[in-house]
Amino acid sequence: MLVGGEAGAGISRSGFLFAKTCLRGGLYVFGANDYQSLIRGGHNFYTVRANNEMVYSQADTVDLLLALNKETILFHKDELVAGAGIVYDGDQIELTDEELERDDIKLYSVPLRSIVKELEGPQIMENTVALGAAIALLDYELELLNSVLRDTFKPKVAEQNIEAAKKGYNYTKENYKDKFGYELQKTDLAGKNRVFLTGNEAICLGALNAGCKFYAAYPMTPATPLLHFLAPLEKEYKMVVIQAENEIAAVNMVAGASYAGVRSMTATSGGGFCLMSEGLGMVGMTETSPVIVLVQRPGPSTGLPTYTAQGDLRFAIHASQGEFPRVLIAPGDVEESFYSTLEAFNLAEKFQIPALIISDKYLAESHGTAEPFDQNRIGIDCGKLITETEYTGEEEYKRHKFTEDGISPRAMPGTKGAIVRTNADEHNELGYTTEDPVLTTKMNDKRFKKLDALNKELENYETVKLYGPEKADATIIGWGSTKGPIREAMKLLKEEDVTVNFLQVVYLHPFPAGKVQGMLQSAKKTIVVENNKTSQLTSLIREHLLKTIDHKILKYDGRPFNPEALSKSIKEVL
Amino acid sequence: MVNLEDLKTPKTNTWCPGCGNFGILMAFKKALIELGMEREDAVLVSGIGCHGKMVNYVNINGFHGIHGRVLPLAKGIKLANPNLKVVGFAGDADQYNEGWSHFAHAIRMNVDMTLIVHDNMVLGLTTGQATSTSQQGFKSKSTPFGVIPPMLNPVAHALVSDGTFVARGFSGDMFHLKKLIVEAIKHRGFAFVDVFQPCVTFNYLNTYDWFSQRVYKLEEEGHDVTDRRKALEKTFEWGDRIPIGIFYNKERPTYYDNLPHVKGVPLTKVPAENVDITSTINEMM
Repeated sequence: MLVGGEAGAGISRSGFLFAKTCLRGGLYVFGANDYQSLIRGGHNFYTVRANNEMVYSQADTVDLLLALNKETILFHKDELVAGAGIVYDGDQIELTDEELERDDIKLYSVPLRSIVKELEGPQIMENTVALGAAIALLDYELELLNSVLRDTFKPKVAEQNIEAAKKGYNYTKENYKDKFGYELQKTDLAGKNRVFLTGNEAICLGALNAGCKFYAAYPMTPATPLLHFLAPLEKEYKMVVIQAENEIAAVNMVAGASYAGVRSMTATSGGGFCLMSEGLGMVGMTETSPVIVLVQRPGPSTGLPTYTAQGDLRFAIHASQGEFPRVLIAPGDVEESFYSTLEAFNLAEKFQIPALIISDKYLAESHGTAEPFDQNRIGIDCGKLITETEYTGEEEYKRHKFTEDGISPRAMPGTKGAIVRTNADEHNELGYTTEDPVLTTKMNDKRFKKLDALNKELENYETVKLYGPEKADATIIGWGSTKGPIREAMKLLKEEDVTVNFLQVVYLHPFPAGKVQGMLQSAKKTIVVENNKTSQLTSLIREHLLKTIDHKILKYDGRPFNPEALSKSIKEVL
Repeated sequence: MVNLEDLKTPKTNTWCPGCGNFGILMAFKKALIELGMEREDAVLVSGIGCHGKMVNYVNINGFHGIHGRVLPLAKGIKLANPNLKVVGFAGDADQYNEGWSHFAHAIRMNVDMTLIVHDNMVLGLTTGQATSTSQQGFKSKSTPFGVIPPMLNPVAHALVSDGTFVARGFSGDMFHLKKLIVEAIKHRGFAFVDVFQPCVTFNYLNTYDWFSQRVYKLEEEGHDVTDRRKALEKTFEWGDRIPIGIFYNKERPTYYDNLPHVKGVPLTKVPAENVDITSTINEMM
């Protein structure tokens, strides 16, 4: 199902409501939001894919189109399958056969505007009438939509919307008695038992579960929703959420909070991450441990602010001057977004390094279905934290003390008897500035010993994942949000007896060279799939494994891969 | 309670002989002693420049950050643990050039902390270029024909940004400066002290003598520190007479006062454990 209209018409909201209606009926749902960088006008759409089994991404085609304006029909008519339906308001939209150019489409005109007028509701409610019509065509249960509306809106608005949906439903049932051809059915999973959320939201939940108490950020699409999500929860979770004056301030604030001893996080997109680069280096040098979320969008520069890309992988690995250890995690779906965030907080504190989570608009703002998260699966590990009561004060406290694994015991400033001093200049164990060559070498070595320790720790983590059979005609390699379309493409290929497997690299830095090497050893053919122009993952594999990749399938138009198109591209290179 | 001996560090001081920073260093140490603070209670945050070395010369908690970013760093520390007394030290280029945007925002946020700016009206550590408080016409390595634009007026800016404690000191009058710093640290809210600090190596114009001949103390002329309009007028005095002392001192609720949900228990004292997020998860079903 695809709902489209101009910005400001509540398109994304109605797509979301429909998706949630599917979820409540026990279906697996995926919802993707496509919008432009404007507030009114333009063309926005939201696609919902629902199925009895897990769906990992949107589909290439549309079965039912809810068109709130004419542009939606003209824009999406070629994506419609034969037998697809269009719900639109024939009183408002004049559509000629020449314009439609399709004779295999079922047109369902519903007087959306008249119904809203009759109810004396706001024009935006036309969406809800259309949703009611869609439920009728799909022979689904209106009560499921009603329950979602009740949970979404205030009682008075909810009742008005329920009435609007009912009118749309009844009109459709009365006027279109023939079967539409597609239907939705409630399954055994019906009810409120699974979550439907975006990658951004999953990261926020992970941060809350991990005990993050300080969040500072500056708005930047597509990372802004994290701020929107956490700000209203500030009181409930007794945390501080700040809209900083800019990204430079945000990263310095979270570094300060981390030095003080609080789990802290910030999030931004490419341009903001540029501004954070200097602060990131300071975090590395001072061995503080905030979590930084980089939600990518196409660049360079402002690029396409509301679209998706994976062009910042190398940037995230190398950002900031000098050399220091960091960890970079790339979740591929909402579930991984949640658990990766918990891992990020633990690794940051345990190894006293910046932890970066790299996501992108497609993952960050698409809704996926997941089981309610296990809130105790990943406990809290603060590493070598000396609590106030544990500090004996027998010897002078050294914030950057040399140790076997390079990790110095961490006291919070305010601890009786401990002076906690750190320094963005090169420093000695006490945190005093130094320019001594021997000490400089030793301190660099100390910091990089932590990388060795981190690598050892990561051996026990799922830094890479393999999907599909161990033996296959080809191995697809990817990272981050391409996971969804790749897994859908695998389903399609399987139907055509093409067996491929998929190696997902979850931890991109430090690069899990050993594990990737092991998994690629038996690969007949390797295909890297990425949303960027230069195939940055390919370059990482080459760098770490001296291995050449056989084929690259790259997309850099700001849009995610569609599974069918991707499966075709894969077949072409086999 | 600290004494001078406690505050000593093993680091050799590398400021030029006669540097105005010495007056600020001593005034700060004496202020800590007068306030009866413990070494663990305070955090010294510094930026980049000659002033930045403060972290090496005072044996209390410290974070030597990066150029221009003292304020967001200090705010993060203070909001995470309001029990700490946070004192930021910045240079004039550090704060008024590189960190100018943070300046206005820290003042309006009114986080309970102190900012002391070592204002020598020149870049010292980079060997003598103009800053935004260099006087018009000031010749330096970067402005051999003289600074073209007029100088910034940080004290006036602090006032119009709704500052709650706005003062100016002179490192040539250490006892007066100490008093200002004591008042600034005691102030509940964001306290700002701009300090005239002669650079004996790179500022041939604004010397000890130059300042000594001009500065006068506001408190000796019956200035009303609660009158913002009058205070603002005073900030425009620049010439034969230049005022130092407290321009304005009037409290308003701090940023933290407006966060009742975290008041009482510093974030740093919240036990580290998995937080129950069931209620939020339920809303997403």
